[in-house]
Amino acid sequence: MAVNRNFRTCPTTGLLFHEPAEKLMKANAVAAVVSLLVGGLLAIGVVGTRWQALHWLGPDTYYQTLTAHGINMLIFWIIFFEMAVLYFAGSTLLRSRLAAPGMAWAGFWLMVIGALANNYAVLWRGDSSVMFTSYAPMPASPFFYLGLILFAVGALIGCFVFLGTLVVAKNERTYHGSIPLVTFGALAACIIAVFTIASGAIILVPTFLWSVGLVPQIDSLLYRQVWWAFGHSSQQINVSAHVAVWYAIAAIVFGARPMSEKVSRMAFLMYILFLQIASAHHLLADPGLTSHWKIFNTSYAMYLAVVASMVHGLTVPGSIEVAQRNKGYTRGLFEWLRKAPWGNPVFSGMILSLLSFGFIGGISGVIMGVEQINLIVHNTVYVPGHFHATVAVGTTLAFMALTYFLIPVLFRRELAFPALAKWQPYVFGLGTSAVALFLLGAGTLGVPRRHWDISFAGNALPYEYPGAAWLMMAAMGITGFVAVVGGAMYLLVTVYSVFFGKRIPTPDFAYLPARANVAPAPTPVAAAITSHGVSAGFSAPGTFVLAMVFLVAFVLYYFVNWGYLSTVWPMR
Amino acid sequence: MAIQPVAERNWWKIPMDREEAVWVTIALVWGVIMFLMMPYWHVYGQQNLAHTAVRMTPAEYMKRAEQMVAQYKVREETAQNIPVVAPPPGSDVYLVARLWSWWPILELEMGKEYRLHLMSMDWLHGFSLQPENVNIQVHPGYDHTVTITPNKKGTYAIVCNEYCGVNHHAMIGRIYVK
Repeated sequence: MAVNRNFRTCPTTGLLFHEPAEKLMKANAVAAVVSLLVGGLLAIGVVGTRWQALHWLGPDTYYQTLTAHGINMLIFWIIFFEMAVLYFAGSTLLRSRLAAPGMAWAGFWLMVIGALANNYAVLWRGDSSVMFTSYAPMPASPFFYLGLILFAVGALIGCFVFLGTLVVAKNERTYHGSIPLVTFGALAACIIAVFTIASGAIILVPTFLWSVGLVPQIDSLLYRQVWWAFGHSSQQINVSAHVAVWYAIAAIVFGARPMSEKVSRMAFLMYILFLQIASAHHLLADPGLTSHWKIFNTSYAMYLAVVASMVHGLTVPGSIEVAQRNKGYTRGLFEWLRKAPWGNPVFSGMILSLLSFGFIGGISGVIMGVEQINLIVHNTVYVPGHFHATVAVGTTLAFMALTYFLIPVLFRRELAFPALAKWQPYVFGLGTSAVALFLLGAGTLGVPRRHWDISFAGNALPYEYPGAAWLMMAAMGITGFVAVVGGAMYLLVTVYSVFFGKRIPTPDFAYLPARANVAPAPTPVAAAITSHGVSAGFSAPGTFVLAMVFLVAFVLYYFVNWGYLSTVWPMR
Repeated sequence: MAIQPVAERNWWKIPMDREEAVWVTIALVWGVIMFLMMPYWHVYGQQNLAHTAVRMTPAEYMKRAEQMVAQYKVREETAQNIPVVAPPPGSDVYLVARLWSWWPILELEMGKEYRLHLMSMDWLHGFSLQPENVNIQVHPGYDHTVTITPNKKGTYAIVCNEYCGVNHHAMIGRIYVK
């Protein structure tokens, strides 16, 4: 079989695109954006219902909308985009042909069919309003589980295509030395994805068989334990992927090199080793699991994955600071940050993603993952507060920022509506961060998640939440619509640019056909790190000060929550 | 750059910057402190969720709950005549979670211990005590026993905070503490 070895060099960036990989990246990115559009439309219904002053949807429609919103955003949008990131990090960054493009297409179409089948069950049939978590024994349509299984199998194929591409690149000597840090991060994401999908298969296949009557029952505790090995780990894929995107954007925008390859790679390795056991966070309020089990797992074996995130949180802005200081922005602690290109959405999106992920998502995640503190957090809106900071700002905004880079480079179109693009990260990032903060506040006051009516109107045993909780939910509603507007701005800019944007002329552009089975002459990439020197200096003091601010916020908030816990009913 | 291969063969021998080393050390120490806080609270703290649970059929659990209601019922409330039960301190208190109600209403004494049993008759539910904001997952088929000591007087609501179908939001119960 002839191997497609058509490559083109991007005249702007010098990146080398393999034709099949390029097409796959485009297809996956488009599917991702379509999922984001669906999830975004549904977000309007969710926000407009939980803001009790509006309370738009009826209960059945609300629960249906919330189910579809969660799945389209958390699974379809993010994993389609991650497939594009994997092919970019594997093929483009290693200047290698993509292994088995045919298999990659098969995977892509399986993912499309799976996404359609799942949405068909939830939105069309309407018999699968079981939420993203679909806890058995609450039943959903077989199409619901089958859709997720097909999607997962497709994603698994994509992972193996990425791994195969690493092998091809190594064999065909398309690079010298070690793989780039971004590819290393993508590899971490890929390894976590394989574990995640295996866990998904272990629980979703029996649940599918149960839904068609072939398995008599599914134990609720077992379901939750194994399902979360899939459900939470899939969010760890996102963390690895978007941290890799942070490093990529720092390199693209600033030419920043990692402060230390050793430290950053070790941090990714710690993700692989310790992140998944954080899935135990979800089971802290469950019966039957011992405290030893909960403490070991929930602390990621002593918070080693938290350490890894704290390392990335320092080294990404630290590498930007070093690059900026080398350009002469050396005055004071923060000139490098003030003079950063705040009007460039690639940068502003990435830095807002990093800040919100760390300060809001990271800290709240650790707090609610403490075995005992979880008692005052479990299943309140604190939980969506946390993951809107990590996934909706952290991952989604990082991916949005990367899109602004990819539209000219990958799609060869100019960015339409540049003024809109310039403001989009601020509207979406700050809007969604505010949503997260207000949900955290309302959650601290006990407001439940996934709940249609906290006024309990007409109930024989009424309960009234404190006025502050109502205020927080209203503020969440207002900022939620700001976030929706930010999402719409992104969709408008990207969709218009990709389909109607001004083409970027590439005069010397040509695909370079090569004979089958002959590798292009290996053009080793210029050594980026000619010399790290014997660096043991203190090269990023501004970042270090910011890190200290983070640490103080973290420690204070951590102990404040122990304080809250100490006042509630004693129990043992 | 992070998007280019590392050409240096021995990048892992290059020493890290001082601020990185300091930060990694701080993060590790903070991780250990956070880890130790959990066992510390098991020894010195008052709020630790028991994991004791036994498998039980809904019928058996319901039988025990009905027995308790028959023995300790003090009155009925609301149009649905929900029994209010005042079990003696130290006794086993059975709370039934089902689509879509908590049954019965409990009347407890402040400062006294009770062995509160939680189990669902059907799907997953969430025991969310408000305004205390104590939240516990309630499973079908697992009788979960938590020893509680109400420390404030008042009327408390039990909100269901695990989504359990279309009337999830109407599932609300009550505990009085005297």
